[in-house]
Amino acid sequence: MESWRRHPLVFWAMGLPGIFWLIVFFLVPLGFVWLMSFGEKRGIVDIAITGTLENYLRAFDPVYLGILFKTVRISLIVTLLCIVIGYPVAYVIAFSPPKVRTWLLLAIMLPFWINMLIRTYALIAVFRTRGYVNFTLEWLYGLLRLDALFGPFQPLPMLYNEFAVIFGIVYVFLPFAVLPMYAAIERLDRSLLEAAADLGASRFHTFLTITLPLTRSGIASAVLLVFIPALGSFLIPELLGGPNAYMIGNVIAAQFKKANDWPFGAALSFLLMYATFAILAVRPLLVRRAAKGEGAR
Amino acid sequence: MHASAREDAPRAVVSLRGIRRRFGRVTAVDGIDLDIREGEFFALLGPSGCGKTTLLRIIAGLERPDAGRIFIDGADMTTTAPNHRPVNMVFQSYALFPHMTVAENVAYGLRLEGLARAVIAERVREALALVRLEGLEDRRPDALSGGQRQRVALARALVKRPRVLLLDEPLSALDARLREEMRLELSALQMRLGLTFVLVTHDQDEALSMADRIAVMRNGRIEQLDEPEGLYERPRNRFVAEFIGKINFFDSILEEVDEEGLRVVLPGVGPLSLPVRCLVTERKAADLALGDALTLAIRPEKIRISRAGDHADADSDLFGGQDKADVRLTGRIAEWAYYGGISHMIVEATLPQSGEVRRISVVFQNAAKETVEAFDIGDAVVLSWPASAMIVLTS
Repeated sequence: MESWRRHPLVFWAMGLPGIFWLIVFFLVPLGFVWLMSFGEKRGIVDIAITGTLENYLRAFDPVYLGILFKTVRISLIVTLLCIVIGYPVAYVIAFSPPKVRTWLLLAIMLPFWINMLIRTYALIAVFRTRGYVNFTLEWLYGLLRLDALFGPFQPLPMLYNEFAVIFGIVYVFLPFAVLPMYAAIERLDRSLLEAAADLGASRFHTFLTITLPLTRSGIASAVLLVFIPALGSFLIPELLGGPNAYMIGNVIAAQFKKANDWPFGAALSFLLMYATFAILAVRPLLVRRAAKGEGAR
Repeated sequence: MHASAREDAPRAVVSLRGIRRRFGRVTAVDGIDLDIREGEFFALLGPSGCGKTTLLRIIAGLERPDAGRIFIDGADMTTTAPNHRPVNMVFQSYALFPHMTVAENVAYGLRLEGLARAVIAERVREALALVRLEGLEDRRPDALSGGQRQRVALARALVKRPRVLLLDEPLSALDARLREEMRLELSALQMRLGLTFVLVTHDQDEALSMADRIAVMRNGRIEQLDEPEGLYERPRNRFVAEFIGKINFFDSILEEVDEEGLRVVLPGVGPLSLPVRCLVTERKAADLALGDALTLAIRPEKIRISRAGDHADADSDLFGGQDKADVRLTGRIAEWAYYGGISHMIVEATLPQSGEVRRISVVFQNAAKETVEAFDIGDAVVLSWPASAMIVLTS
């Protein structure tokens, strides 16, 4: 860092393009949206910035509060599932031999190489009424002669409901949960586990008293990396959810498109952003508790 | 301090029979039979990669042997998990749980036994008193010094009242002064508790000063198992002789052997007669044939060094008058390392018959201030020693 201070020109030359990019393409548009949230719609494309708080008050309408509440609920379920499914995966990868580990990590990262839209459409093919899951179930149903007992096969409704949305978000965000937890487990000093076994702890007890507490910071990172983007997701509920599984992201998108009410959409966006900031403020608390546990190893 | 009081019919606490362990193509432990006696301080000594740590981990149950059996207190524990073995280990890195206080670390093993809260508290207090750590109960490991962490690790293992305490290079992470202090403390602790200690170390001083018996290992095998002075004075082969302390080797040829002694030729020096007790290898005098190649060895501190010119008068009462200086070489001091109490010198000595120059290691007791000042690099000196001070190794 010292060399930066001694050569300020180099510092600015390296930093300026990034700073310029951030200001022109992020902060300025964000500022426009922020201003717009205090505006009124005057015509199809006319918006007057009047300083009104009407848009924010509208957001507290029970309809939107209900959607917001559902969004938080879905995000929490998704986060929980990602941790519960992701932790064992991270654990297995961290404890597998180095050669195998490389391939397993590659497998975790492979989905990043495929566009999320394509992956989500693929899920439609899997879950729809005449999709792969129902197809397989029907085949098993016929094979086991269950139609004689319960009548003809009824396809399971797996698409355009909350189940599909939760599945879709978990599917997309699982790698974001696995990677930080893998990093934390991999860092864990193996001699601690041996010491616990030596002192009489079973594998399960070692996991509960040593592994889990010492990888808490990885879990905290995973929670935030999944929960925050899940709150703002709109593509997955749009494609897999149908009208009953709308999340707040869909409402915002609708204001900017179908409803053509940009000021209200802007206000909702900022409310979501403030909520995210509030959650981020919780992170240091989570991590501090975890760091206290991990000590200065 | 090597307790000879323990000679009364010692019982084996740990018995290893034909233990083998391979890692890929490397054989770490290659068929070891070993009995560790009740209440002894046992050391596994060897260079890195000799398999000593693997052997310790096999006793602890952290490693499974590919072949062989482990008995602890007579019970076959070959396949018993580490958490069901009556042994506890002090890890090289100490492996203290960083998210627990000192007291919680020590109590960890007791909580698992399902003891009453009050009993646990009492035993934790006792264990911390034993290693003199009272008052640090609520500290976390990262707020402790290296020596204190070592004591916590010790207390955490001892509080379980194991049948055997395993110590994996416990002093290697400490600085020299603290290591010395802990060495004495560990010995005292072992004496006081009467517990069986098994120490793994690559440090010969550590093993010699603390252990009752030492197994010197190389390439997964035990080269020699003996008491410290046996290893030092009667090493069975060149590896052990060189690994423990410093030593000078001379190749020689056997000329004559009978019940009285051996007569050998030291090339460049001449014929020598040695008593039969100098033969320390497993081969007996009777097995030796004339013309056999032997290795003669002498420890550096058994060589007498004097200034060229004034050796004549000193010769008579040298070595307590019992032995005379059978070997006498002249040379110059080439290197000198001063350690305070002793000086270690390398003398370039000329062999009288062949004129060949040999570098000979000599340890000199700095008994009087003046004698230290009397020597300097480049000084002409005379080295002498009685033949009986040498040991004979068969190669």
